[in-house]
Amino acid sequence: MMSFCGDPASLAGYQWWLCYLTNNNHFSLYSSFLTVMALLALTAPLAMILGFAGALARRSGIFPLNLFGQIYTSLARSVPEIIFFLFVPIAMDQAFEYIRHKIKCPEVTDPVYQGNDFVVCAAAKLPLSTSDAWVHSTYGFLLAALGFAIVFGAHAANTIHGALNAVPKNQLETAASYGMSRRQSFWRIHLPQMWGYALPGLSNLWMILIKATPLLFLLGVEDMVYWAGQISGTKTAAYYDYPHGDWRLGYFAALLVFYLLMTRVSEIVFGRLSAHFATGQATLGGGSTQGLQA
Amino acid sequence: MKRLVIGAVFAALTAGTAFAADTVRMGTEGAYPPYNFVNDAGEIDGFERDVGDKLCEIAKLECTWVKNDWDSIIPNLVSGNYDTIIAGMSITEERDQVIDFTEEYFPADPSSYVGLSSSSDDAITGVVAAQTATIQAAYVATSGATVVEFKTPDETIAAVRSGEADAVLADDAFLKKFVEESGGELKFLGPKVAIGGGIGLGIRESDGELRAKLNVAIQTMKSDGSLNALIAKWFDGRDGGY
Repeated sequence: MMSFCGDPASLAGYQWWLCYLTNNNHFSLYSSFLTVMALLALTAPLAMILGFAGALARRSGIFPLNLFGQIYTSLARSVPEIIFFLFVPIAMDQAFEYIRHKIKCPEVTDPVYQGNDFVVCAAAKLPLSTSDAWVHSTYGFLLAALGFAIVFGAHAANTIHGALNAVPKNQLETAASYGMSRRQSFWRIHLPQMWGYALPGLSNLWMILIKATPLLFLLGVEDMVYWAGQISGTKTAAYYDYPHGDWRLGYFAALLVFYLLMTRVSEIVFGRLSAHFATGQATLGGGSTQGLQA
Repeated sequence: MKRLVIGAVFAALTAGTAFAADTVRMGTEGAYPPYNFVNDAGEIDGFERDVGDKLCEIAKLECTWVKNDWDSIIPNLVSGNYDTIIAGMSITEERDQVIDFTEEYFPADPSSYVGLSSSSDDAITGVVAAQTATIQAAYVATSGATVVEFKTPDETIAAVRSGEADAVLADDAFLKKFVEESGGELKFLGPKVAIGGGIGLGIRESDGELRAKLNVAIQTMKSDGSLNALIAKWFDGRDGGY
C-alpha cells in the first residue's frame, strides 16, 4: 500500500508493521468484520420474523398451522448446528440447482444424482461457473444468512411463545372487561407486556448468534476467525514476504477484545430496552425499579 | 417481503443464460506450502498454482481458483461447487472409491516425522499430530502411536511447538522449511516413511471428459519437461524424473 512497501525484506521497525498490517490478507481480515456485521444485520430481523411466525403458529387453533409450528420449533432447535449448517444450505443449493436444471436443460436426460455426484448442466449451476468470485461469495453469504435465520428463528419462536404465555391472565381478562376485542387486547396489552418476558431470552440468543459466525466458513464465507487463523500461523521466509512465527495468541487476543466489546455494547442496548419495556409494569424488574410496590 | 423473496427466487432461477462451457473451477486448500498457499498479496500461489495454470493453458480451459477447507474438499467436489481438487492429494484406493484421479503430476513423496530438537526418535511412538483425513493420519492410527488430528497443517506443527504432541507426521517437502527456519528448535526424527502414491487431480467420477483432457495435458507437460522444471523450481531443485 505505502510507497516503501515494494521490498518487504529490507523493511524494519514501524515500516515493516505498517506494510504487514496493510497487505491484502489483512484487508481481507478487516473487511470480514463487515461481513460479520452484515450477517448479523440481516439475520437478526429475519430470525425475529420467523420467530413471531413460529410462535403465532404454535398458538394457532388451526391444526395444520399448529402442527407446522411445533415441528419447526422442535426440529430446528434439536439438530446440532454444525450438522444443520452442513445439511440445510447444501440441500437448498441443490434444490435450486435441480429446479434450474429442469427448466433450462430439459434436453438432458442423464440422472442428476450419479453415484456420489450431483450433476446439473452448466447453465443450471448456481452461481454459474463463469461468475466472478464475489458472486459466489455473496450467494454463499445469503445461504448462510437464511440458514442462521431458520435456526435462530426457531429458538426465538420458543422464547416468544413462552413470553406470550407468561403475561398474567388477569391482564387479558381486565382488557376484555374493558370491552376490547381479542385483536385489540393482543396489540394493546398482550404484545407490549410480552417483551419484558422475552427480552432476557432474546438477548441470550443474540449473544449466541454473535459467537456462531465462525460456522460461516462451512459455507465458504470467510469470517474474522477464519482470517485470523490463516494469517497468524507460522509463515516461513521461503514462501512469504512477511515471515513470522506462531502469532495466534496475539490475533486471537485481538478477536477476544472485539467479542468482549460486542458483548458490552449489546448488554447496554438490551439493558435500555428492558428498562423501556418494563416501564409501568408490575413485573419483577419493572415493579421494583419503578417504585410501584407502594 | 413476500414479493421480494419471490422476485429474488425468480431472478436466481432465470439469471445468466449466457455462459462459456469450459470454465473449470480449481479447488485447493491454500495452506500447504510449497504445494499450495495464499501469498501475501492474497492470491493462491505455489507449485500447484503453476501446474494448474499451465494445464489449463495446454487444455485450452478457462480456469478460476477456489479455496476450500481440507476436510470438506471431497464433499464439495462431488456436490459440484468446483470441478477439480488440486491440493497435494495423494491417490489412494479409499479416495478413488468416491472420486476419480488424473494420472499423477507429482511422484510419491515419503512422509517425515518432526519433533523438538530435544526429543529422541522414540517420540514417533508417542503422541503424533497429523492433519485430519490425510494419509498420514491414517498411517499414525495404525502405527501404534496415538494420533491427534488437526484441521489445518499449520496447527499440527504448532502442536509440537507447544508440547501438545511429541511429533508431527506430514509430507517431507511441507515440513522442510519449517525445520530449516526454526533456528534449531525443530528437527527431523526417525526414518522417513513411504505412504501413499503420487499426487493427482481429483475429478468427479461423472466427469470423464475433463479427466481425459487433463490427462492429455499432464502427458504434454511430462514429455516437454515443463513439469520437471516446475518441480525443480518449487522443491529446491529436485528431479521429478518424468
